[in-house]
Amino acid sequence: MSTLTTRVRASWSSYPLVRHLVTAAIALVVVIVVLTAASDFQATKLTEMAYIAIAAGGLTLLTGLNGQISLGHGALMAFGAYTTALLYDERDAGLPLVLVVLIAVAVTVAVGVLIGIAAARLHGPYLAGATLTLAIAVPGLGNQFKDTLGGDQGLRLFVPEIPQWATDTAYYLTGSDPSRSKYVAFLAWVTLIIVFILLANLASSRVGRRWAAVRDDEVAAEIAGIDLTRARVSAFVVSAAAAGAAGAMFALAQRTVSPLGFSLNLSLTLLAIVVLGGLGSLTGAILLSGVLVFLPQFVQDLGAGANIDATRASQMATLVFGLTMVLVILLAPRGLAGGLRTLRAKLTSATSSRGGSHAGPSGGSSGGSADSDPDSPSSTETAAPRGNSSDPTITKKGTS
Amino acid sequence: MLQFTNTALAGLVLGMIFAAFALALVLIWRSTRILNFAQAPMAVLTTYIALVMIEDGQSYWLAFVVALLCGLVLGAVVERVVIRPVEGKPDINAVILTLGLFIVFKSAAEVIFGTKLRTYPPSFGVRGLSVGDTTIGITTSDFFTIGAVLATMAVLVALFRFTDLGLKMRAAANNQEVAKLLGVKVGAMLTLGWALAAVVGSLSGLLIASGGLVQPSYMDSIVVFGFIAAVIGGLESPVGAVVGGLLLGFSLSFVSGYIGAQLVALVALGILMLVLTFRPGGLFAATQGRRV
Repeated sequence: MSTLTTRVRASWSSYPLVRHLVTAAIALVVVIVVLTAASDFQATKLTEMAYIAIAAGGLTLLTGLNGQISLGHGALMAFGAYTTALLYDERDAGLPLVLVVLIAVAVTVAVGVLIGIAAARLHGPYLAGATLTLAIAVPGLGNQFKDTLGGDQGLRLFVPEIPQWATDTAYYLTGSDPSRSKYVAFLAWVTLIIVFILLANLASSRVGRRWAAVRDDEVAAEIAGIDLTRARVSAFVVSAAAAGAAGAMFALAQRTVSPLGFSLNLSLTLLAIVVLGGLGSLTGAILLSGVLVFLPQFVQDLGAGANIDATRASQMATLVFGLTMVLVILLAPRGLAGGLRTLRAKLTSATSSRGGSHAGPSGGSSGGSADSDPDSPSSTETAAPRGNSSDPTITKKGTS
Repeated sequence: MLQFTNTALAGLVLGMIFAAFALALVLIWRSTRILNFAQAPMAVLTTYIALVMIEDGQSYWLAFVVALLCGLVLGAVVERVVIRPVEGKPDINAVILTLGLFIVFKSAAEVIFGTKLRTYPPSFGVRGLSVGDTTIGITTSDFFTIGAVLATMAVLVALFRFTDLGLKMRAAANNQEVAKLLGVKVGAMLTLGWALAAVVGSLSGLLIASGGLVQPSYMDSIVVFGFIAAVIGGLESPVGAVVGGLLLGFSLSFVSGYIGAQLVALVALGILMLVLTFRPGGLFAATQGRRV
């Protein structure tokens, strides 16, 4: 009995692919159940949560795992969204959805390569400033090319009809025809699951370890034979791909794509999610996206007597987010999820020392299970999210 | 020819405003090696304070001074309370922290003052100056803007060059350990640096606002342009910041006038990447090889 559990545990922690696929299958079931039960309005909110989480997942890898900060991910989403809108600009565009999403991802990846190559040279505040510029600059493109991109009004797009088999399956499962918004919500969540499997696998693979090595110590990584530029650019490209997919889902959900949707606020919010989620935790990214999307409604309900309208509620939610972000950096630099993980590590080590059975071949006796957590490839022992700890700021030639 | 002159003049005024903001960034960078992205929404808050006072019937200049004083206090408080704990930590912490402050101050401005566009009255006249028969595109307000930035720069240079206090601030910025050993109150100097920077930042906020429309996001692009101006100038020297601001102001004004107003930020991004690639220490750097 106990050998069986040990063996299951062992394969659980040593085969990330198995772990991720099992988690994904469970997640898929949960998604179907939740979406069936949800109202149309809630489905819209869940779609929003999904595309935010997809983009935040990509950024989690980039900032948490590779140590590059990006304020340009809202802008990258714009590329995915505009591509989708241009491909679905008429009622019967006829292109299959999967192809459209893939094209949107490809376009964003192309942009990501360019920006990634430029960004690979930059660190800390310089990188933040450069990507901030990107976030400011990209929405202007929509206004500049009014004829193709629709200016301030943006582009309208037509979501393709729900395919017959999807209607049939939905009817078979739930006994009712799926509404348009539930269909889009389902698409977004399936995309989220696929993207997150890919991201989690990458993070626990050799590639992910390289990214983390570059983040932790550039010099050591270079001595170990890692090409710094390649590692940085590849991390940027992967996270750009996620942003592209998120943009495509954004377009399908909103059905209009305009420069206003990709303001600096979006990019800042994504970063806030990643920081609060614990800089490197994909689970944290999903959870915090949910908090971000549902918090405004909560604030609104809370202040029902105080007459708070929707915009004000979302502003207050943003304020809460910003404040929490500042507090987290000051008090618990590993983020909310990081705090939870530390807590869980303490609990497991307490139980395992009481029961006397150690967990699996990863073998860490105290807190070991925390380090092999599926979504925490980055959990180093340091308390702080690490950027370029080797050298705070300037000059290789040693003047300051 | 008239269009050329006007574009150049607009560039001059724009450049002066960028310069003021770049000055604010440089002041903080010199002393704490932190780029304060939150400078922009801090300026938004103080500008709104001035605007509310003016709408309330107070005098324009009283509101102006009060806004600057609020900036002073805000800068000092932010340094003492929030920034001090992350000094000396990995620089990504400080970057994320200032961005967190960016979100906090901006959404605070939205919650308190709303997102509606509001007009901010001009400091002086808004009629173009007449030269002979033609009216050229520079106003008395613009002269005030230019004068205010130049005066601020002169005061700062005088402070750092000729006063005891300035010397102490420079010492604290240059080498904290040694400065401490020599009896400089380093903590106080850093707080003072942030306070002064916030005043300069508020000044640029007020200068942009005057005679124009104000909403909580009106400084978003200025923080970017100020940053680029500071990088062009090397992030270290106040004079470099002003020159960088002017260069950027002129280039962006010509892009806006002759190519397309929406492309300004994109061109700015191009300029930034060029500078960081070929002159990472700024255009006037004597030593090469700065890690960006």
